[in-house]
Amino acid sequence: MPESSERGALTEAVFYILLSLHTPMHGYRIMQTVRELSNGRVDLGAGTLYGAINTMLEKSWIKPVAGELDSRKKEYEITPLGKSIVQAEIVRLDELLQTGKRIAGGRML
Amino acid sequence: MKHIVHKPYWNFEKEEAWLNEMSTRGLAMSDYSWCRYVFEDAPNGKYIYRIEMLNHMPTHPESLAYLRFLEENGVEFVASYMRWVYLRKPAADGPFDIYTDIDSKINHYRRINLVWTVMMVAEFIAGGMNIAIGIINLNIGERLGNFSYGNLTIGIAVSLLGVMFLLLGAPLRKKIKKLRQEKAIHE
Repeated sequence: MPESSERGALTEAVFYILLSLHTPMHGYRIMQTVRELSNGRVDLGAGTLYGAINTMLEKSWIKPVAGELDSRKKEYEITPLGKSIVQAEIVRLDELLQTGKRIAGGRML
Repeated sequence: MKHIVHKPYWNFEKEEAWLNEMSTRGLAMSDYSWCRYVFEDAPNGKYIYRIEMLNHMPTHPESLAYLRFLEENGVEFVASYMRWVYLRKPAADGPFDIYTDIDSKINHYRRINLVWTVMMVAEFIAGGMNIAIGIINLNIGERLGNFSYGNLTIGIAVSLLGVMFLLLGAPLRKKIKKLRQEKAIHE
């Protein structure tokens, strides 16, 4: 289970990278997918993505995909731990959303 | 055709802005050595340039892994100087930034500021020691030899270098402070 220090909010970049990696993919594809998922709002810099990937590998939220020997580009995918982190974040975001709408009101589109 | 320009830069962001301006005028930087830039002709605005200071020298395994990752993402390594690397990406591929979140921007500025701070401390220690030796020797009637004013001159010159490094770091510290404030309210 996540340590107490990991109960805080995920950054947008991390949240979207974890969502992207429900399908195995390499760095460049992650950047494209994150851009698509966020309708162009979140544009990941390569340096930022590299740092995030390494941190998440260390935490075992994602792992390199085995195989594809001839492929020079490393692919990654989310782990079960990573999935539980995403689930916890969705619960947290949902609470924010519900409370925010209840008090400040929400415009229904 | 190759064009060579000699130019000193103290601020990597100003340097970066200049490279990008040159690029819009059809001059794509292709090599760098100390204060010496080589440009090649290219279609106007073909590349976007970024400059980064790495954690290690570019030949270090960690740097190599990082540069390989950048390459896989369409970022071309152009040149390096010490831990500085010059990177570019075709403008047609969309916007090009290395760091897009506050934390990694702060880390990058701190990395550079640390170098200036270490240099500053070293210069102030060396300068201070020279000045101290000069003053002590003067006060004991130059018994150690006739070099007091030489020491004082060197001491002051070296201390001025320390002041220079202090000033070089100032804009970085200001930026770090601003980003930290931003971080308190925004991601």
